[in-house]
Amino acid sequence: MYEILTKIQLAHKETLFEVHAPEVAAKARPGQFLIVIPRAGGERVPLTICDYDVERGTVSFAFHEVGKTTKELGTFEKGDCLYNVTGPLGNPSEIRNYGRVLCVGGSIMIAPLLLQSKAMKAAGNHVTTILGCRSKDFLFMADKAKACSDEVHVASDDGTVGEKGLDFLNELLKKERYDRCVVMGPVVMMKYVSEMTRPFGIPTVVTLTPIMIDGMGMCGVCRVTVGGKMLFGCVDGPEFDGHNTNFDELIKRQRTMLPEERLSSILWETSGGCDCERQ
Amino acid sequence: MNGSEPDTKKAASTKRQQAVEMPKQEPEDRVKNFREVALGYTEEMAREEASRCLQCKKPQCRKGCPVDVPIPDFIKCITEGNYADGISVIKTKNALPAVCGRVCPQEEQCQKMCILGKKGNPISIGRLERYLADWEREHGVQVPDRAPPTGKKVAVIGAGPAGLTVSADLVKLGHEVTLFEALHVAGGVLIYGIPEFRLPKDIVQKEVEYVQRLGVDLRLGNLIGRIHTIPELLESGYDAVFIGSGAGLPQWTGCPGENLGGIYSANEFLIRVNLMKAYDFPQKDTPIRVGKHVVVIGGGNVAMDCARISMRLGATVCLNYRRSRKELPAREEEIENAEEEGLICRFLNAPLEFYGDDKGWVKAMRCTEMELCEPDASGRQSCRIVPDTDFTMDADTVIVAIGQTPNPIIQRTTTGLQTDPRKGTIIIDDEGRTNLKGVFAGGDVATGAATVISAMGAGRRAAQAIHDFLTNQEPKEGSP
Repeated sequence: MYEILTKIQLAHKETLFEVHAPEVAAKARPGQFLIVIPRAGGERVPLTICDYDVERGTVSFAFHEVGKTTKELGTFEKGDCLYNVTGPLGNPSEIRNYGRVLCVGGSIMIAPLLLQSKAMKAAGNHVTTILGCRSKDFLFMADKAKACSDEVHVASDDGTVGEKGLDFLNELLKKERYDRCVVMGPVVMMKYVSEMTRPFGIPTVVTLTPIMIDGMGMCGVCRVTVGGKMLFGCVDGPEFDGHNTNFDELIKRQRTMLPEERLSSILWETSGGCDCERQ
Repeated sequence: MNGSEPDTKKAASTKRQQAVEMPKQEPEDRVKNFREVALGYTEEMAREEASRCLQCKKPQCRKGCPVDVPIPDFIKCITEGNYADGISVIKTKNALPAVCGRVCPQEEQCQKMCILGKKGNPISIGRLERYLADWEREHGVQVPDRAPPTGKKVAVIGAGPAGLTVSADLVKLGHEVTLFEALHVAGGVLIYGIPEFRLPKDIVQKEVEYVQRLGVDLRLGNLIGRIHTIPELLESGYDAVFIGSGAGLPQWTGCPGENLGGIYSANEFLIRVNLMKAYDFPQKDTPIRVGKHVVVIGGGNVAMDCARISMRLGATVCLNYRRSRKELPAREEEIENAEEEGLICRFLNAPLEFYGDDKGWVKAMRCTEMELCEPDASGRQSCRIVPDTDFTMDADTVIVAIGQTPNPIIQRTTTGLQTDPRKGTIIIDDEGRTNLKGVFAGGDVATGAATVISAMGAGRRAAQAIHDFLTNQEPKEGSP
């Protein structure tokens, strides 16, 4: 069993778990992900690794309560055990000294992005980290971002904190030279940032989050089109070239089971499973 | 009518020619549920069927069995009502009889060799094997003694038919066995691939428990190649490694539109339904969506399984196969079952393109007619496109069941391991040795997608080779 050693409420519906899984921790690298099954009979949920500590024997992951399973995960407390944590899965990020690296994170993916910022900085890069959120109340880990970056910018959709929107990025790109860009966030944001870096010819790596079941190359539900080729998010990725990714197809594929996901979520809430007091 | 002697003889010989039928759920009932279709023999049926066995001095059936089960011996036990001995006889060679009795293609193996088959029906060896395995499960499973500990450690990768067999064999010989399974449930294709109505999952679970009770240490959720690599396993104290990771990577048609919603690989469809129990959604959390017009592309047992599941989920199902009925690779029994349940087969056609609606969900497909031509180098009937015969058909769900290749993770993370670059398979010798010392492989990862029993046979041979390797013996003459 995989005990939750730390639970951090990052924001309203954003939570981080530090879980005891020594063998997973020993092999985890930035960019990889886990398959988490909260309880016996539950779904297999892919979640990006956002930290690991070999000595403590722990891995951390963060999630946003959107569907039934993530809502259920939100009810788990410190000391509770998860049924299964499989990992590390997927290919590790290519961490090298590129020079100047721009790390852009959005909503819940800020948590794993900071692991990239940290690793890129440790590799000798000058790291600029951008934290994107919906509004002031959804901003988290800003201090951690400062600690692992040379420069931090904050942006929100409504302008309640930092810059309004990501358009300022364009100015930044015009002003400074960047040798690599790493983007982790909602698909629309990754698409937007990839389009922004394209004219500047900055190699841009995006972390794709298609639907997954096994997460180890068996089912193919995570297939994506990159450079005109069908690739699997789980075994060929999860990181891909943002300038060659078919984001529109990915958005459609992410939504294929939406009616079922909604039903599941409604049933969970009406059955009293949710922790409504917290909301 | 008149009871004269020649007629009695004739009656006796008629009786010997006909196999005792196994009761099944009626098609109109079973297509509405996921319970097992074949219900198994009663004791009377089993004894009657067993009594047909000629107890040949040189049993041909045994030669047809990939794991060399002493078939006439266990059948004799049934005629004597000695079921405990019967199952013990099977288990000397086969650790998973409840599985094999259900899913082995006996008609191509043991039963094909049965001398009774020359004039009438061969002995129903599979049904009798199943009877004994089910009898044992009801009466308590006995665990055989283990040889004294040898102090040797073996890592087995993949808890499917090959890995379970290797583990059971080696642990009985006194070796310490750790069985690594990437999924959260053991059983491999027996769990995620073969549907409940053909192989109930509690039966697989019991077979896995048996292997654990033998003393095998099962580690779930361990993807080898990621959590540990094979060189790391060897460095960390394992004396040998067996790779039985199967053929889990789906193949695609390559036609435009294949990434539309509603197009599943057979693997995705089966994993959702069998492993994650999506047929019970929303009681279970993993969903499946099946429309009204399902098209299954392919003609093997996997295609039949997908088709029969779809019918149980309420769809009209059409199976599109590029060759003719005669070339269908699925077991005859499964084809018949599927047709009884309402499967429509459309032969000699292949997909060209998939069309979607504005939400990105498949709605139709364009196909072409095919025709048979000369057999290829392997002797298999080839086929080719008939020009200008395109047609369009409705399809709101498509399941691509045209084969699987081995998962590449182990091959990619094991430096120096010899593989076939075209098929993705690991190259082994007859005993399951790879080119790396102490590393063995078998089952679908070495052969490409095949049957449960052939994987078990490969497991059995590899177990012997591993045992020989660990005890520094030269391979014995005539060892299995």
